[in-house]
Amino acid sequence: MAAVTATAVASPGVGPAGDALVRFERVSCGYDGPPVLRDVDLAIRRGAFIGIVGPSGAGKTTLLRAIVGVVPRVEGRITIDGRTVGRGPTAGVGWVPQLETVDWNFPATVREVVLMGRWAEHPWRAWATADDRRRVDGLLERLGIGGLAARHIRELSGGQQQRVFLARALIADPALLLLDEPTSGVDLKTRDDILHLLADLNGDGITIVLTTHELNTVAAHLPWVVCVNGGIVAEGDPDEIFTSAILGRTYGADLRVVRQDGLVLVADAAPHRLRDALRHRHGDLEHTHHEHAAHDHASDPHDPIAAPDHEHLP
Amino acid sequence: MTLLGEPLGFEFFRQGLIASGLTGALCGMLGVYIVLRRMSYIGHGLSHSVFGGAVVGYVLALNFYVAAGLWGFLSALAINATARRRRIGADAAIGIVTTASFAIGVALISKTRSFTRNFEAALFGNILGVTTLDLIVVGVVTFGVAAFIVLFYKRLLFMTFDPEVAPIYGVNVGAVDTLFALAMAATIVASINVVGVTLIAATLVIPSTSARLLTDSFGRMIGISTAIGALSGIVGMYVSYWLDVSSGATIVLLEAAVFVGCVLVTSVRRRRPAWVVQPIPALAGERPADDFE
Repeated sequence: MAAVTATAVASPGVGPAGDALVRFERVSCGYDGPPVLRDVDLAIRRGAFIGIVGPSGAGKTTLLRAIVGVVPRVEGRITIDGRTVGRGPTAGVGWVPQLETVDWNFPATVREVVLMGRWAEHPWRAWATADDRRRVDGLLERLGIGGLAARHIRELSGGQQQRVFLARALIADPALLLLDEPTSGVDLKTRDDILHLLADLNGDGITIVLTTHELNTVAAHLPWVVCVNGGIVAEGDPDEIFTSAILGRTYGADLRVVRQDGLVLVADAAPHRLRDALRHRHGDLEHTHHEHAAHDHASDPHDPIAAPDHEHLP
Repeated sequence: MTLLGEPLGFEFFRQGLIASGLTGALCGMLGVYIVLRRMSYIGHGLSHSVFGGAVVGYVLALNFYVAAGLWGFLSALAINATARRRRIGADAAIGIVTTASFAIGVALISKTRSFTRNFEAALFGNILGVTTLDLIVVGVVTFGVAAFIVLFYKRLLFMTFDPEVAPIYGVNVGAVDTLFALAMAATIVASINVVGVTLIAATLVIPSTSARLLTDSFGRMIGISTAIGALSGIVGMYVSYWLDVSSGATIVLLEAAVFVGCVLVTSVRRRRPAWVVQPIPALAGERPADDFE
């Protein structure tokens, strides 16, 4: 297997070197039934910013959950900062769930949600202290959603909601931040904002690991990626490991990788084949080709592609 | 004043008033968690299960509270354990455990034919028969459950809102669930004499649902639900006395009237969310969350 691993590439985030914050040693883990992940060896260096990619059911979220000790069946050894992770709470780790899993009708204000992340500070005290309030207000301000503490979580925009859960994860000053698909269901601008915010947090020294389905986002933003499909398929700099062969093994699909001007773009080749097959079946492949070739967009004032407001078209 | 003062001359009314006020507050308080955890059916089921325990206790000459309480607690644990099995939903688990318990009670009654009078009291409540012991039990359970909710407030809030994530942040969900089952069983056993098996579910569900309509804050919801429950219990006792109607039914009907009032008020106001009054600016270039759901 031509997997590029931390041993082969100088990595800003992953490596077997001594400063590993999280380490998987021959780990197989899962729930009822066969293991979701098998024979995982992985070292996440302190200060890393890593994306985990793979198809649905590949074990991305299970990998994250294993780090915090909530996967019921684990063989092998997982350590955080040298301490073995057991089936219990893991200190110093913040978790941001998928927004799709949140009950938005639950009666909770932004302050109530953020303070959940700090429950262990005063576990027997029902009310928030002045210090709690100051910390929440300061954190919300830092994340760009200051002044929203008393609002209900449903009233916020998608990016603001994501920041609320980020604040809940950050309020206990974690060394490691785990995010389960933080860019899912948000628009491009929000996604970009979230990733830049995470980059800032990473710059402050927080190790960040996130799962995502968006390969192009990973390629454009993250310095290190781990491809998962029932185990580790490959890990490394996306510039290096995003190849058709590795992505094919990860996703079991025909993916094309285009490199241009320093950009790495991943495209699904299958739809093109499907389209071509359908055109062939309907016998209009040649016809469509000629029609397009003969059509001059620029010379046609009624052609929406040539029209000056084409960017407003749906 | 005579209307309010006259019934207080009777000891049964004084004791009933205290019992119904405490029970209303207790059910209103715990009901918030039951409603938000979508366990409304469990209150209904557990009360029937407790009935089975009460009959078994009667047949074995055990104390009502010990037998019914233990039976209810074990039923709640059995429901939790059954519901955790992925192939069986919580609703089916409640249906199996509680109806089986209730059936045991009915079978024993039909066999011994000596519980018929108590049978009616257990089913429909018997506020006139509240004894000093009943009052002490209601008081102790109310205090105990309130202490549980205050001390475990943060854990309960976290695991009610986000049961998948709470363990990641160190909440011992299994232990808190067990304590919650105990609190629920104790609440139902303590409330049986006031509202009866058939109406307990309503006192658990209606005040908290009404409170949900009035606030978007979890902390305020608990306060409002507790107040609605307590006031409905107290006012319901008076109305029951004046109209000579069953106290349990009166309390529940009053709570239902409060719920209808809350629905009407919030519908008329259209309950405009705060951002309509004062819009929240989205982050630059961002669409509202609803757009991509």
